[in-house]
Amino acid sequence: MNLVQEILITLLIAVGSFFLVVGTVGLIRLPDVYNRMHATSKATTLGSASLLLAGFVYYGPEGAGLTSLVGIIFLFLTAPTGAHMISRSAQKMGIEFFGDAEWPGDE
Amino acid sequence: MATDPAIFSLAVQVGLVIASGLTLLAGYRVIKGPTVPDRVVALDTIATNVVAIAALYALQTGEGLFVTVSLVLAIIGFISTIAVSQYVIEGDIVK
Repeated sequence: MNLVQEILITLLIAVGSFFLVVGTVGLIRLPDVYNRMHATSKATTLGSASLLLAGFVYYGPEGAGLTSLVGIIFLFLTAPTGAHMISRSAQKMGIEFFGDAEWPGDE
Repeated sequence: MATDPAIFSLAVQVGLVIASGLTLLAGYRVIKGPTVPDRVVALDTIATNVVAIAALYALQTGEGLFVTVSLVLAIIGFISTIAVSQYVIEGDIVK
């Protein structure tokens, strides 16, 4: 492992940890299930994808590094799907927005 | 790896501590969350944090197998999120 790899991995770990912090702070602080879902689905997905990209830089393009790339693709496909399902279930349960926001087309 | 400089292993250890602490903090929303979808979102966040912990542990120990572990944990988290959200609206998972 050379110096460039080490610097790159350290930077990717810093970026990933930052996004994990942003996602969890948003989960705890935001007022509404829809806002919380926005924060967690974007931020923690970018965080975990960045950490898996650090794994790809560490292991190279074969073996475990290839598994890291598959994990990144899987996270980018499934996290918006899961967030969409949760928001649909929240809307069907009749959970209201925070404040005076409304669904579009709702009179 | 024994030849790693201190900065690399320090970064991995700091990342592990941050991810573990955030997993505990998300547990607050699981316990407190006023509605059921809040709890589902919080459990999804915990699953994503555990994926990050597994990826970091693969970097710390140098074992490539833990990357596969993180991928399997991501799959389990996705399936459980879909199943719980289906159960909440339909009252039934397999129709």
